[in-house]
Amino acid sequence: MTVLTLGLDRARTEVRTFFRAGDTVLFTFAFPVIMLLVFSTAFSELPDFGEAPDGSVVNAATYYLPGMIASGVLLIGVQSLAVDIAGERADGTMKRLASTPLPVASWFLGKIGQVLVTGALQLVLLLAVAALAFGVDLPTDPGTWARFAGIWLLGLATTSLLGVALSRLPRSGRSATAVIVPITVVLQFVSGVYLPFSQLPGWLQSVASAFPLRWLAQGARSVFLPPEFAAAEPSGSWDLPSVVLWLGVWLVVGLGVTLVTFRWIRQDD
Amino acid sequence: MTTEPAVRVRGLTKSYGDRPVLHGLSFDVRAGETVAVLGPNGAGKSTTVEILEGHRRRTGGEVAVLGVDPARADRAWRARVGVVLQSSGGDGSSTVREIVRSTALAYPAPRDADEVIAAVGLTAQAGQRLRSLSGGQRRRVDVALGIVGRPEVLFLDEPTTGFDPEARRAFWGVVRSLSDTGTSIVLTTHYLDEAAQLSDRVVVVAAGRVVAEGTPDTLGGSEARTPHVRWTGPDGRAHDVTTAEPAALVARLVADGGEPAALEVVRPTLEDVYLGLVAEPEPVDAADAAAAPAPGTAGAAGTAGTARIVTEEAR
Repeated sequence: MTVLTLGLDRARTEVRTFFRAGDTVLFTFAFPVIMLLVFSTAFSELPDFGEAPDGSVVNAATYYLPGMIASGVLLIGVQSLAVDIAGERADGTMKRLASTPLPVASWFLGKIGQVLVTGALQLVLLLAVAALAFGVDLPTDPGTWARFAGIWLLGLATTSLLGVALSRLPRSGRSATAVIVPITVVLQFVSGVYLPFSQLPGWLQSVASAFPLRWLAQGARSVFLPPEFAAAEPSGSWDLPSVVLWLGVWLVVGLGVTLVTFRWIRQDD
Repeated sequence: MTTEPAVRVRGLTKSYGDRPVLHGLSFDVRAGETVAVLGPNGAGKSTTVEILEGHRRRTGGEVAVLGVDPARADRAWRARVGVVLQSSGGDGSSTVREIVRSTALAYPAPRDADEVIAAVGLTAQAGQRLRSLSGGQRRRVDVALGIVGRPEVLFLDEPTTGFDPEARRAFWGVVRSLSDTGTSIVLTTHYLDEAAQLSDRVVVVAAGRVVAEGTPDTLGGSEARTPHVRWTGPDGRAHDVTTAEPAALVARLVADGGEPAALEVVRPTLEDVYLGLVAEPEPVDAADAAAAPAPGTAGAAGTAGTARIVTEEAR
């Protein structure tokens, strides 16, 4: 069996395990969809999210869709991977796998497969709910979709590596959720996912700008909001080079920490 | 057939920081042999086994499993070594068949998944999720995962902790059939009867050293196997005398004072021998030793271990 074949089997196992864990499905996979439903319904009476140049109204669902997509990427990458891996390290799963001839590369491929499959399903669900339930106009231009695919994949790669890196933080499997979830919750509140970024105080915007979620959300807004909305961003434009730069910086940070701290077989003490 | 031992340990040392836990262990496991490693908690059993499994670094000494240093384990070596850990983890959402099949894929020449499931007696549960199984059944899944790759050496770390007696006997059957197929087995356990049932040889580890080694029948030497005669004297005092001629002693007791109360002739079990081996040496209670009657030479056979037992029973 090659590394790739074993990786595909691991991915199948990981996806199956993911969807059989009801709590993860609800709080990681479905959570952004639930939040989109809540925001879109709660603010459905407020028409003043803005108007597109052609006169069509930007409703709450349109306004919140990019934020929920970014938030979903953060939860699938950082939250579910960090909590899962910390748990697998604590409960002996990783030691059992490391006792077999399974290559560590196949194990990583399994995690990548899980992130891609669950992330893509979540994205499709978000787009479907937005378009079908709330009449959000999705982009029709292939170039826009290609740009979105690039931002989304970069975001998923970055958050996944940060998830693997953060899995070393909890000191036990039981504390994993308690350690990781507050990080993702705070980031979601300060990064323009739940609250409009332009309404946050300047200093808080600066703090949030040091973290990847703010840039991921801005990149997603550039795809799903009319170009005029760019004026509301701190720099007055979508500033995609900064989006790519900051996500890239955090990708390198996540990769570096993973390379230094990740242990397949712990022989350290 | 190879004459190379399955496991070879020479002068193994291990320190955690500046706290030494292994002080130069040496033992072999010959090909096809089942060896039980016994010892009290903290004796260094788990550390030793983890070093042999390639999960922990040693401080010094030589270790070879199938001729390879486990610290330099590669995929080819992992494919020949089966490991059943104390806890194999997971959220239990996989079915028995799913996890056995998936694990088998990583090995070059695995056993058939359904055959392995049958071998551990779980055919009826093959489609069930692990979390719906009993503790004993889950442990048998762990063993299935450890043997599905056709290992030449199998490490079983406390495999039956928490089993009921029936499940333990069923499990022993599984281990025996593995041994019959030529698998070398290293077993750590707290159950002396398990070691006596399954192992060809026993290695007793205490305070980071091998304190005894031998077959379950000869461990500790003939001295430790000498029968005890116990009875209660007319003054209500408990007596415990070690003698190679228990019948002669009993005959003498009867001749002296008639039927002794609470008479027992006991041949020490593996557990008694083991407890004698791992016990911290205690000072001999001279008063008690002297109080035991000395018919012929029997009384003189009292060892430190016997004296300790006398002391305890007299309390």
